Amino acid sequence: MNSVVVQNISKAYGGVTALESVSLNVGGGELFGLIGPDGAGKTTLMRILATLLLPDTGSAKVCGLDVVTDWKDIRRGRIGYMPGRFSLYQDLTVEENIRFFASVFRTTMEKNYDLIRDIYVQIAPFRHRRAGRLSGGMKQKLALCCALIHRPDVLLLDEPTTGVDPVSRVELWDMLGRLKRQGVGILVSTPYMDEAARCDRIALMYSGRCLSAGEPGVICREAGASALYAVCSDNMYALLSDLRSYPGALSCYAFGREHHLRLKPGESDASLLTGWLCDKGHSGITVEPISVTIEDWFMDKIVQHNEQE
Amino acid sequence: MNRNDSPVIEADRLTKRFDSFTAVDGISFCVGAGEIFGFLGANGAGKTTAMRMLCGLSQPTSGRATVAGCDVYREQEEIKKHIGYMSQKFSLYADLRVWENIRLFGGIYGLSGKRLSGKTEELLDVLGLEGERNTLVSSLPLGWKQKLAFSVAIIHEPEIVFLDEPTGGVDPVARRRFWELIMDASARGITVFVTTHYMDEAEYCDRVSIMVDGRIEALDKPSVLRDACGVGTMDEVFRSLARRAKRSE
Repeated sequence: MNSVVVQNISKAYGGVTALESVSLNVGGGELFGLIGPDGAGKTTLMRILATLLLPDTGSAKVCGLDVVTDWKDIRRGRIGYMPGRFSLYQDLTVEENIRFFASVFRTTMEKNYDLIRDIYVQIAPFRHRRAGRLSGGMKQKLALCCALIHRPDVLLLDEPTTGVDPVSRVELWDMLGRLKRQGVGILVSTPYMDEAARCDRIALMYSGRCLSAGEPGVICREAGASALYAVCSDNMYALLSDLRSYPGALSCYAFGREHHLRLKPGESDASLLTGWLCDKGHSGITVEPISVTIEDWFMDKIVQHNEQE
Repeated sequence: MNRNDSPVIEADRLTKRFDSFTAVDGISFCVGAGEIFGFLGANGAGKTTAMRMLCGLSQPTSGRATVAGCDVYREQEEIKKHIGYMSQKFSLYADLRVWENIRLFGGIYGLSGKRLSGKTEELLDVLGLEGERNTLVSSLPLGWKQKLAFSVAIIHEPEIVFLDEPTGGVDPVARRRFWELIMDASARGITVFVTTHYMDEAEYCDRVSIMVDGRIEALDKPSVLRDACGVGTMDEVFRSLARRAKRSE
C-alpha cells in the first residue's frame, strides 16, 4: 500500500499560492525526497500531510487515512513528524523529551528502543543535558528520536539537513537509509539537490508546483536532450562570460570546479570550442562531455519556468 | 590573493574561551584585498564565534587580530564602519519598501544627508529598480531581493563584506547568480569573507580555510587542498578533515 497519496492538492495563503495542483505517491517503505528551494511549497505539503493545515482543494491520504476526515487516527501514532524548526521542550533533558513523547503515545522508550538505538547512542552521553543547550546536530538527532519513539508507519521530515554541515548531512542520510530497511516509510524534504541521489524516488518542486517525479536516475536520463559539457580553463571567472557568448551556447553555469555548458539543440559538436576559447586568450582549457545531474535538470526547468512567468 | 600586499584581515593566535570551553583555539590567517575567502567548518567548529570577533561583536580572550586596520579589542565600533554583513536568515525587512530598506541600512552603516540620498538613487539606478522603489521587499522576486540585500550590505563601500551562509535554501540558479555578484564585487577590490555549507561554492573561493574543533586545520587554494588530500572535490576534502573532529559539539 502507498504510505502517502496526494491528489491535486492546492493551497493559497491570502493571494499567495503555496501549492498548485500537486500530486504524488509515496510507496510503502519507500524513501521519498521532496527536492526544492525555499518557497517551493515543501513545508506546506508536509503540514497538510501532518494534518496541521487544510488544503484548499484536492485530497491526500496517509496510510490510507484521509488527512481531512481521519486526522485523529493519523495523529494517533501513524505518523512521526519532524518540523523544520526545532520544536521539542527546551527545558526538558534529552531523555525526558524522549520519554515524554513516548508517553503521549502510550508507549515507552524501552519498548521501541531498537528503532532509535543507532541514533540515540550518539546523544546518550548528553542524556541529562537540557535540549535547549544542545548543538544543532544533536538537536536534529534528538528530534528524530522523538519522532520515531512511537514506531510510526510513516516519517515526515521537513528539511532535516538545512543549515547542517556536510558531515552531519551524510550521517543523517545514513540513518534514514537504516530506518528504511527497518520498514519505515519516509517522506523527507531538502533544498540540497545532491541529496536527491540518496532517495528511491523524488519529486522536484518549484514555486508551488511539482515539476517532475520519479527515480533520480531516470529523470536525469530523460533530460539529456541537448549536449552538456564540463569546461575548465585557468581563468574561470572570465571563462563563464566567454562561454555564455559562445555562438552554440544555450546556457552556462558554474558547477564547483567546472562550468557546465549546455549547447543549443542540434549543436552537439564542441570540437571548435577549444580553439574559440584559445582565441579569447584562455589557457589550460579542458572540454569534456558529461551526463546531466539533477541540479542541471532543475536549473533548466527553473529558467523555463521563469521565462513563462 | 596577493592582489594587494597589505592584508585586510590579520588574525594571530586569536582565541575565545567560554568558561572551560575553547570555542576558537588560536587561529592565525591573513586575507588580502579583493580576495574571496571561504570560511568553512562543521556545525560547532567555532566559525560563528570567530566571525563575531572579526565583526567587532565579541571580545577575544587572547591573541591578536585587525580588520581593515582596526584592532578587534579596542576599535570594535570603528570595525563596523569598515565592514558589511549579510546572511540568508537576516538581510532585508520584508515589510518595508525597497527605498526604505536602502535608507534604513544606509543609515545603520553611517551614511546620512546628501550622501545617503545620493547613494540611494545610485543604487536604484544601478540595480534597475527605480520602477520598484515603492514596492514592498516581500513582493520582489528572489533574484532581485538577493541583489538588493548584497548591494545594501556594501552601500557604504566597505573594505570587507562578511557573508554568513548567504545562499542557504536558495534555488540553484539564484545561488549561482549570487556568486556572480560576489565575484564582481571581488573584481572591484572588495574583500569577501564567506561561510557556506555548499561545497561546490567552496570552489569559487580564492582560498578556503576549514575549521575543526576551534582550530584551522587546512588553509589554501581549493585546488591545492584537493591535491593534498588526493581527492577530486572540496566535499571530500571537507569530509576527510571534519571527520577528525573530537569535540562533541
